[in-house]
Amino acid sequence: MLAYFIKRSIVALLVAITVSIISFMLLHVSGDLAQSLAGPSATASDIEQVRKAYGLDRPLAVQYVDWARKALRGDFGESFFLKQPVFPIIVQRLPVTMTLGVSALAIALVVSIPLGIMAAIRPNSWIDRLALTVSVFGQALPSFWFGLLLMLFFGVTLRWLPVSGTGGWEYYVMPAVTLSYYSIPAFMRLIRAGMMEVLASDYIRTARAKGLRTATVLFKHALRNAVIPLVAVAAVQLGFALGGSIVIEAVFSLHGVGYLGWESISRADFPVVQAIVLILACFYIVLTFLADMLNAVLDPRIRIG
Amino acid sequence: MSVETFVSVGNVLQPSAGTLLRRRIFGHTTFLIGAAIFAFILAVAAFAPWLAPHDAYAQDLSQRLVPPVWDDGGSWLHPLGTDQLGRDYLSRLIYGSRISLLVGFSVMIMSGIIGTTLGVVAGYFGGRVDLVINFIVTTRLAMPVILVALTVAALAGSSLENVILVLGLLLWDRFVVVTRSATLQIRALDYVSAAQSVGCSTSRIVFTEILPNVLNAIIIIGTIEMANGILLAAALSFLGLGVPPPLPDWGAMIADGKQYMFFNPWVITIPGVALFALVLAINLLGDGVRDLTAPENRN
Repeated sequence: MLAYFIKRSIVALLVAITVSIISFMLLHVSGDLAQSLAGPSATASDIEQVRKAYGLDRPLAVQYVDWARKALRGDFGESFFLKQPVFPIIVQRLPVTMTLGVSALAIALVVSIPLGIMAAIRPNSWIDRLALTVSVFGQALPSFWFGLLLMLFFGVTLRWLPVSGTGGWEYYVMPAVTLSYYSIPAFMRLIRAGMMEVLASDYIRTARAKGLRTATVLFKHALRNAVIPLVAVAAVQLGFALGGSIVIEAVFSLHGVGYLGWESISRADFPVVQAIVLILACFYIVLTFLADMLNAVLDPRIRIG
Repeated sequence: MSVETFVSVGNVLQPSAGTLLRRRIFGHTTFLIGAAIFAFILAVAAFAPWLAPHDAYAQDLSQRLVPPVWDDGGSWLHPLGTDQLGRDYLSRLIYGSRISLLVGFSVMIMSGIIGTTLGVVAGYFGGRVDLVINFIVTTRLAMPVILVALTVAALAGSSLENVILVLGLLLWDRFVVVTRSATLQIRALDYVSAAQSVGCSTSRIVFTEILPNVLNAIIIIGTIEMANGILLAAALSFLGLGVPPPLPDWGAMIADGKQYMFFNPWVITIPGVALFALVLAINLLGDGVRDLTAPENRN
């Protein structure tokens, strides 16, 4: 287990370093940063001045090492637009995105586990077919469009929920539902496949033969084993949800990290963008690492093989 | 040949493999629905200049936000109404199909080439090469796609080419994962060892033994990534950094309609339905190909 732990942490660390290099390079290679900063009406000498002022005239490697060393201490520089240190701005927005991501995950699990179990108990029944149809249709719905439709129906027609903005729990309902909609098909298929495999195994037949109640067999014997792969996938999905929340936050004007990223991109505030890319990537890396560890604890075959 | 002799000996007329496949295709309702919708959208895109009733770019500020024909105040002059600049919505929708299809196909081909190359190389050579490619995929997965795509679009300038390029360079991860495991399986089969022992070159083995056998998996992932590319490009347009105006992109039409949707919901529902239908058709086609090529794997 320890060897596996060390191996995985080294890989996670290497991935984090590579991502930081790529996100740094992206910003400096996809266009002339000095020109973007100086604005469209800047003269050549203005651009040169900006280049000097922000240290953009130094070699890229030097700039990277300088940036990475500061980033390790939580110093991501100063926002061009807000004229404040970047890190506190992002930390201030994190709770919103976390609330959104975690509640989306919770909704997805609450919906998909019962549906997946029901589909597995009776394959090809109407409920199985319904679940399959919903997931096929759901995968074709553009997330931002689905969000707007929810907004029109529950916000405007029924007036049950606030249309958009940031505030109490009622502001999170529609964004969280929109975001959860994309994890539900994946979770459901996983639970369905896992349950079907487990239900066909010998120890379930034994449990039934002993005369145990159906509920005990299903939940105590079968579900526990079928849920193992879900743990890892759920952690990875949370990582994706945090990264993908930018569209949903933009639709509902929810002022989380994604919204901040979008705003910062449109006002060419690149230190903020760079920091957000890196922080979201690190969340993903940590979550997948945790998923690997959990899997290894739950399934000894992984850590040995 | 021997199968046919065997069948005729039994004096039973068995349908040929082709007939069986045709029967399976025409018995597969969802595949047919997907194919029909997709063919319709392809035809609309191909014949756009003849189908569009108006110029998709012509503005008429006296005819702004005219409702579609089924609403009060709508007319057959603009069957789907007009947008906030008085441009005919049906014509923009028709021309928009070209953009979505172009983005979908180009992203699929770009990411397919990158992903399949990496996946086959990783699966065939294994060992250290596999480790390195695995690391590249893990790194790519850690990057938040939309944020990275938006940043690149903002810096490099938002244009149709840049949207295609950035998505094509980001969406290859599934191709790698699937072609790698398919290659691993095929590599262990006897006919590959046979080819190796006969002295075939690596490139010959890869192109004539491996690739034809992973093609199936590539096509299925291709439909997934095509759908994914179209959805992501629409999301980029919605966020204002995708296909630039005045191009009639469906995502951009929804973005433009957002501020008018409370009084004119159709400005967002019409392009949304188009986007939904296209992506659904592609997904149904992909699911259908998977079922038809491996009927024994169903459920």
